Amino acid sequence: MLPHLSAAYNLARWLTRNDHDAEDVVQEAYLRAFRFFGGYRGGESRAWLLSIVRHTCYTWLQRNRTHELTEFDEETHALEADTPTPEAALLQRADQQLLRRALEELPVEFREVLILRELEGLSYKEVAEVAGVPIGTVMSRLARARLRLQQALTVCPKKGD
Amino acid sequence: MQRLLHGYLDGELDLVSSLEVERHLQSCQACSQAHETQQALRSAIRNSELSFEPSADFRRRVRSAVRAESRAESGNRVWPWRGLFAAASVVALMIVSLAILPALFRPAADDSLAREVVSSHVRSLMADHLTDVLSTDQHTVKPWFNGRLDFSPQVIDLSGKGYSLIGGRLDYLGNRTVAAVIYQRRQHFINLFIWPSSEPAADEKSLSRQGYNVIHWTASGMTWWAVSDLNGGELHEFASAVRTQALSVRLANQYRERERRSRY
Repeated sequence: MLPHLSAAYNLARWLTRNDHDAEDVVQEAYLRAFRFFGGYRGGESRAWLLSIVRHTCYTWLQRNRTHELTEFDEETHALEADTPTPEAALLQRADQQLLRRALEELPVEFREVLILRELEGLSYKEVAEVAGVPIGTVMSRLARARLRLQQALTVCPKKGD
Repeated sequence: MQRLLHGYLDGELDLVSSLEVERHLQSCQACSQAHETQQALRSAIRNSELSFEPSADFRRRVRSAVRAESRAESGNRVWPWRGLFAAASVVALMIVSLAILPALFRPAADDSLAREVVSSHVRSLMADHLTDVLSTDQHTVKPWFNGRLDFSPQVIDLSGKGYSLIGGRLDYLGNRTVAAVIYQRRQHFINLFIWPSSEPAADEKSLSRQGYNVIHWTASGMTWWAVSDLNGGELHEFASAVRTQALSVRLANQYRERERRSRY
């Protein structure tokens, strides 16, 4: 019954990749939301709350898992010009476990835009607000994130063959 | 193009760019294949259950942590400067969601009042005397009540939620003069009666009488009754919006008052 708790927990769980840590982060974020309201601009309260959750997650990651936050460089994650032959059929069959693992293995900046867009259904504008980046960046990160995911899914199963 | 393709996929492009992408997809084999693949990926994601749900136990824990925090907050009487509206909206949201728990019983007195409320509503429509002051502007309606009542009712603007303000009227209910604020949703009118009450705050209670839906609650020293032929769900939505707004306005006023006092 707390506002947006499901969305907040889902985001935190995907960013920390752990139940307990997600719970700690979300609780802290909700308390923070009460204590420091500085950034609130009267917009969509879900985006506002999620931006606090995200911020709390990043602070937590910085403290506990610095290696996951290796300097994010748009260049090194540049879009590959030639994507491998797409295999729509294979993707359609991609099972849940595989999908979950592939998502978890994405760098956190990619993971978060996918979660916000695909699981929470946020608009680009809202994603931009939560992640604190311009809308153009949201679009390119989503493009890269989806390509990485596609590659992970179409390559992985073959290894097992 | 790859970038635009995703904007297109998400329905986030303006019309011109989206037509451009569509045209391009028809002529470019590689892009149309990429588009198809991405659509497949998307539906794979949507069809899987990838979201994590917080446990009931955790929900409870956060709720009580936040509650303890807000108690401490109001105990200190220190309000964060700019965040007042956030506080108001979060608190209001929680109060509204708690209000969904229907108040169980409060019989008798309420019942005759409910009948009066409905009669008053019907009369206001039949006698073609819906409003004494006809205005869609809350800043016109609110001052109109001053001097006509021994209290100052909140007149809330809900036009953003699809309930337009029609005006105000004096009415007589429960042996006293009350404020009636009138709203309209499509062809339906809503009478919102407000008057001071010494009763403790009470959650929403809904009932229906003679085909009219009635919701009433008590908050911030006022009793509120909303009545309409609008369906129960929408009237409930209306009531929640009123409560949320009223609380935000009240908190904002308190804040302003405190700020004024600290200045002098």
